[in-house]
Amino acid sequence: MNDVLDVALRLLVVFVVFLVLPLVVGQTEHKVMAHMQGRLGPMYAGGFHGWAQLVADGVKFAQKEDVVPEGADRRIFQLAPAVALLPYLLVVLAIPVGPGEGAVGQAVDAGIFFALAVMGVGVLGSLMAGWASANKFSLLGGLRTAAQLLAYELPMLLAAASVAMAAGTVSLTGIADAFEWWWLPWQIVGALVFFVAGLAELQRPPFDMPVADSEIIFGAYTEYTGLRFALFLLAEYAGIVVLCGLTTVLFLGGWHGPWGADGLGWVWTLLKTAVLAFVVIWLRVTYPRLREDQLQKLSWTLLVPLALAQIALTGIVKVVIS
Amino acid sequence: MSTALAVTTAAAAAETRGFLSPTGVEIAFLLVGVVTFGAAVVTVTTRQLVHAALWLVVALGGLAVEYLLLTAEFIAWVQVLIYVGSVVVLLLFGLMLTKAPIGRSPDADSGNRPVALAVAVAAAAALVWVVVDAFRTTWIDLSGPAAGTTAVTGASLFQSWVLPFEALSVLLLAALVGAIVLSRRTGGTDGSDGDRRSTAPAARTGSGPDPAAPDKEGAR
Repeated sequence: MNDVLDVALRLLVVFVVFLVLPLVVGQTEHKVMAHMQGRLGPMYAGGFHGWAQLVADGVKFAQKEDVVPEGADRRIFQLAPAVALLPYLLVVLAIPVGPGEGAVGQAVDAGIFFALAVMGVGVLGSLMAGWASANKFSLLGGLRTAAQLLAYELPMLLAAASVAMAAGTVSLTGIADAFEWWWLPWQIVGALVFFVAGLAELQRPPFDMPVADSEIIFGAYTEYTGLRFALFLLAEYAGIVVLCGLTTVLFLGGWHGPWGADGLGWVWTLLKTAVLAFVVIWLRVTYPRLREDQLQKLSWTLLVPLALAQIALTGIVKVVIS
Repeated sequence: MSTALAVTTAAAAAETRGFLSPTGVEIAFLLVGVVTFGAAVVTVTTRQLVHAALWLVVALGGLAVEYLLLTAEFIAWVQVLIYVGSVVVLLLFGLMLTKAPIGRSPDADSGNRPVALAVAVAAAAALVWVVVDAFRTTWIDLSGPAAGTTAVTGASLFQSWVLPFEALSVLLLAALVGAIVLSRRTGGTDGSDGDRRSTAPAARTGSGPDPAAPDKEGAR
């Protein structure tokens, strides 16, 4: 009975986190973008600085008609948002926020592989949406999504492999436990590669060629309306939370901080994740969109060699110090 | 979480080891196996090309669940990462480039069905025979310490099986080099990178089929 209660409680907490954190990131994006562009952003919904804007957006989306185009492949079109969103829920389950068994939804032995594998499945949702919409813009978006995923999956995996080599384990909790402060300069290249490749996998600006709204009208999501479109948006913000959480745990030491190690470690994890999420938003406001050939070039000629060099460096240092 | 539950059920019903009193894990294994088999059959028989690729996702994911049920966690996630995350994405990419239609493609049949069926049955028979001959009545004790964790898998891979591992990596390297050679040979007739960029607008605006433009750039 106690076990069942424990599992239920964990699932509930993970589910609440999964619903709340992406909305917080979304609201932060509204406000941060606005202030960086000399505007105020949403100010009315909810009263205080428009805090309830995304809740209002959600209500609006829920009220809209759910349209399936006549020429579309009905079942796949309707299934795609779930395929895009659910993998991130599963990854959130495996990301530890503090040391020990108590601070993770479900400790996974091969945590890194679990996270990266399941995140890769999420992209299938965009591909399904792009093909099933029976729309040229959607098909273009799907194509670009696939090309981008194929290019950026490799450097991301290599960077993660580097830090797994450094820690001597592939468990997320184990990696963050093994973290020392000097890992930061040692693994900084891997961290940058991982973060950039992750941004590209999430199709966030400046890597938003697949959804380029001013060019191919949101790509794979062109035909989506109402709640299903909202689910795709939610998947994007959940992806930001997952990417920032993973980068924190893998490269920034998770719950390790200068002080407050006992009991307050989860605050450090959340703080680092929040700073990274801010950087994601910052990059969106700062950089113009990369062209498709620039995207491919960046991955194959810069990120992959850098990740390989990082693995070599990790191996050398590991052999020297052991 | 269901795995953990199934393992505890297995521990409760251990030591019977009969075909007529299956444990929870065995029942789950068989059910997932049936689903995987069904998805695989649909993959090769459906006339809808993209549906075939998506059924392949189900089949490969079912295999990953089978690995999980056998406590081979690492293998399961690598299966998802490589096959679902990369191979199927590559397949879908190819299907989208060739503008796979929505609905049935009646011409997606090469007339090789009997031959393909014969090859498939022969391959399956060989594999089943090898596995049955190798393991016979061996039972994997799933209730003990997990036999397929990352540490165990890594140790056996790099201690007992390091030669096949290296041979496989050399084989893959050879395949990689071969692929590059093949793609460069066909790409050489199209000209350099700059030429390719100049053919792209022509393909977009041209009304008729343009055989010179590579399909990838033409689709963009």
